[in-house]
Amino acid sequence: MDIFSCDVLVVGGGGAGLRAAIAVAETHPRLRVAVISKVYPMRSHTVSAEGGAAAVIKDGDTLDAHAYDTISGGDWLCDQDAVEVFVTEAPAEMLQLEHWGCPWSREPDGHIAVRPFGGMKAQRTWFAADKTGFHMLHTLFQTTLKYDAIHRYDEYFVTKLLVDEGRCQGVVAIELATGRVQAITAKAVILCTGGCGRVFPFTTNANIKNGDGMALAYRAGAPLKDMEFVQYHPTGLPFTGILITEATRSEGGWMLNKDGYRYLQDYDLGRPEPKPVLRSMELGPRDRLSQAFVKEQEKGRTLEGPYGHYVHLDIRHLGEKLIDKKLPFVRELCLKYENIDPITEMIPVRPVVHYMMGGIHTDIHGATPLPGLYAAGEAACVSINGANRLGSNSLTEILVFGARAGKVAAAFASEQGEPSPSVIAQAQDEHRRLEEQFLRKDGGKERIATLRAEMQKTTEESAGIYRTGSVLQQAAQSLRDLQERFQDVSLDDRSYTFNTELIAALELSYMLDAAEAIVQSALQRRESRGSHQRTEYPQRDDTQFLAHSLAYRVEEASPRIEYLPVTITRWPPGQRVYGT
Amino acid sequence: MPSTVTLAVTRYRPEQEAEPTLQTYEVPLRRDWVVLDALNYIKDRLDGSLSFRWSCRMGVCGSCGMMVNGSPKLTCAAFLSDHPPGPIRVEPLHYFPVIRDLVVDTTDFMQKLKKVKPWVIRKEEKPLEEGEYLQTPEQLDAYKQFSMCINCMLCYAACPIYGLEPSFIGPAAIALAQRYNLDSRDEAARERLAILSQDDGIWQCTFVGECTKVCPKHVDPAGAIQQYKLTAAAHWFKSLVLPWGTK
Repeated sequence: MDIFSCDVLVVGGGGAGLRAAIAVAETHPRLRVAVISKVYPMRSHTVSAEGGAAAVIKDGDTLDAHAYDTISGGDWLCDQDAVEVFVTEAPAEMLQLEHWGCPWSREPDGHIAVRPFGGMKAQRTWFAADKTGFHMLHTLFQTTLKYDAIHRYDEYFVTKLLVDEGRCQGVVAIELATGRVQAITAKAVILCTGGCGRVFPFTTNANIKNGDGMALAYRAGAPLKDMEFVQYHPTGLPFTGILITEATRSEGGWMLNKDGYRYLQDYDLGRPEPKPVLRSMELGPRDRLSQAFVKEQEKGRTLEGPYGHYVHLDIRHLGEKLIDKKLPFVRELCLKYENIDPITEMIPVRPVVHYMMGGIHTDIHGATPLPGLYAAGEAACVSINGANRLGSNSLTEILVFGARAGKVAAAFASEQGEPSPSVIAQAQDEHRRLEEQFLRKDGGKERIATLRAEMQKTTEESAGIYRTGSVLQQAAQSLRDLQERFQDVSLDDRSYTFNTELIAALELSYMLDAAEAIVQSALQRRESRGSHQRTEYPQRDDTQFLAHSLAYRVEEASPRIEYLPVTITRWPPGQRVYGT
Repeated sequence: MPSTVTLAVTRYRPEQEAEPTLQTYEVPLRRDWVVLDALNYIKDRLDGSLSFRWSCRMGVCGSCGMMVNGSPKLTCAAFLSDHPPGPIRVEPLHYFPVIRDLVVDTTDFMQKLKKVKPWVIRKEEKPLEEGEYLQTPEQLDAYKQFSMCINCMLCYAACPIYGLEPSFIGPAAIALAQRYNLDSRDEAARERLAILSQDDGIWQCTFVGECTKVCPKHVDPAGAIQQYKLTAAAHWFKSLVLPWGTK
């Protein structure tokens, strides 16, 4: 078996991973840092983010205001120390990206331009037209190219974390092109693998979002935090699930039901004004807007198409000039995938799974409870998003916490000795497992696509916008059965060269773990908070559940759920008020 | 519209076959389906051993470029119904070595991107405390188009020069160089010019413009190459008549 080694190994080459790698290279230039990713870094899902990235920069805005919007938006489940760090470090991180060349949209005098965004009481969302994630990712990727210290393992798929003496010491990975299984030892590992939207059938998430890092950490004994909080974005295109950015609404778009009525006014989100009003109506938070859709559907006021119910997003009144300047990608996507021109036609939209507020439990430095293991970005849960993330906080989060994790992991790595020899034996065992369980397995009758579809049906029916205990209970059992059936999976492809079916099988097993954590955490949280709405418990319950759920893996059973109190610093729990 | 369509797909499994072959599959013909959906249908239901790359399915990650009926396309943006009546030929991108089935080796492309130094280079960095570099919307517009490249490599698969001369640095890399050259925050256009003018390929480019025609993001690499040739020629001319200084 080939064995490589480095000092800090970053798993995932999206925004968080690349920012972490640069932080290592800049703060500890003598360390060997590597980025390992199952796709070339610029294919990472950061590329699909559209609307913008929040950071206080304009006069009249304050860090406290950004913190309050974030905490109330998260229905008081955010750790307030983490939020304070986040809003404080956000402006410098965004400026750093500007200095690295990110093509931010500008005001006429050359200063950074900002736009309003949902749930934000001030204009603080930086944007690069409506391709913000694309430009941030390419800027970060191109910037990494100037650091010789950053080594890349492109198109390597990580199958296991190497843990010995209570410390994470590297990974086992398959090189896709050759099928070679390799050990890469490291003194610190940072998981930046993104979310797991593909656990659900209808999602904005790319095919690669399978909760890889979440499952890797979970299997190594680290807990997954707040996994029940799943964000539905209110405006996805039916069938494809392609995201239509919230920036359509911040620029003045309207949500209309089948009668052409701005229905959000019926859901405590304020009164309809012709121009957008901050923290009101279409600029409410995503959880509330997606919930309003379900209620409209129940009232029979949505439209019905070949792919289910939908409502209209109307941006016609914004005019061609503004749309082409600030929302060109929206027009391109509508023309391409819906065959409609949003300048003259309304866009059909429906809620779609978009983001995981939960993830690998970390402290405010990105450290997990397992020494040597760090996490940042959507894969992690540092608890700035609470029960509902505000749009445009996640692109900033990958910078702030990617950089923090990189620095802290580098400092940790500097003090560690060489990896234990026993991790190589672990890697050899893992190699054997991959051969026996997949490539050289006899028998087996389950198809990946069948199991995947059943998992997705289970999560959608049980852990959607509204949830019920009995259905969740059933779903937990169905996922147990699917885990069992996964043992009987059979591959058509037994070859070593670029075997994407093997990768799909391993991704499915990661998703099953993530799905179990989501469903079990949702089952045990008997309250409604943010994106987690339990039909039998419609109220928030701060006495019992002002706490993070922690899902721990249990051998051959659903996860064990424990709770951790929320950190409150300056903003005692209050009511979320929008539309005033 | 008929209910099915035939896809003729390149298969190449180097552990089993010496040469690529075409394999046909019949898939449902649905109005909303793109070629990528059909490939996924094949992989999920008919033959799990078919290998191809894909990720975002919304035309921005740049993973799923292939030849569709002989033209380089993002398969997530190529509708089955736009290619009647079939069979629809799906092949790996031209001019790249094939690793397996529809998966090409992109190592060469990745090295070329790095070669043009695609990052902001300045003599002096402004401290972050002093805020952003001012850049007016007009200054942004000067390079914006060249910043839209998604690295999908369709332009290489369309470039006859790259087909003949694989050392040619190629359309996307030149557009990327130009993206930084034209950025008001960057000061290294001369450095990049020195890198690019060593490349014989630039001078061989005959402006057939295939790269610009196939670009799914309207980046216009042919325009970038033309600009470059003019700059390089002017620079060369000045160095003849003003050998003591070409600033």
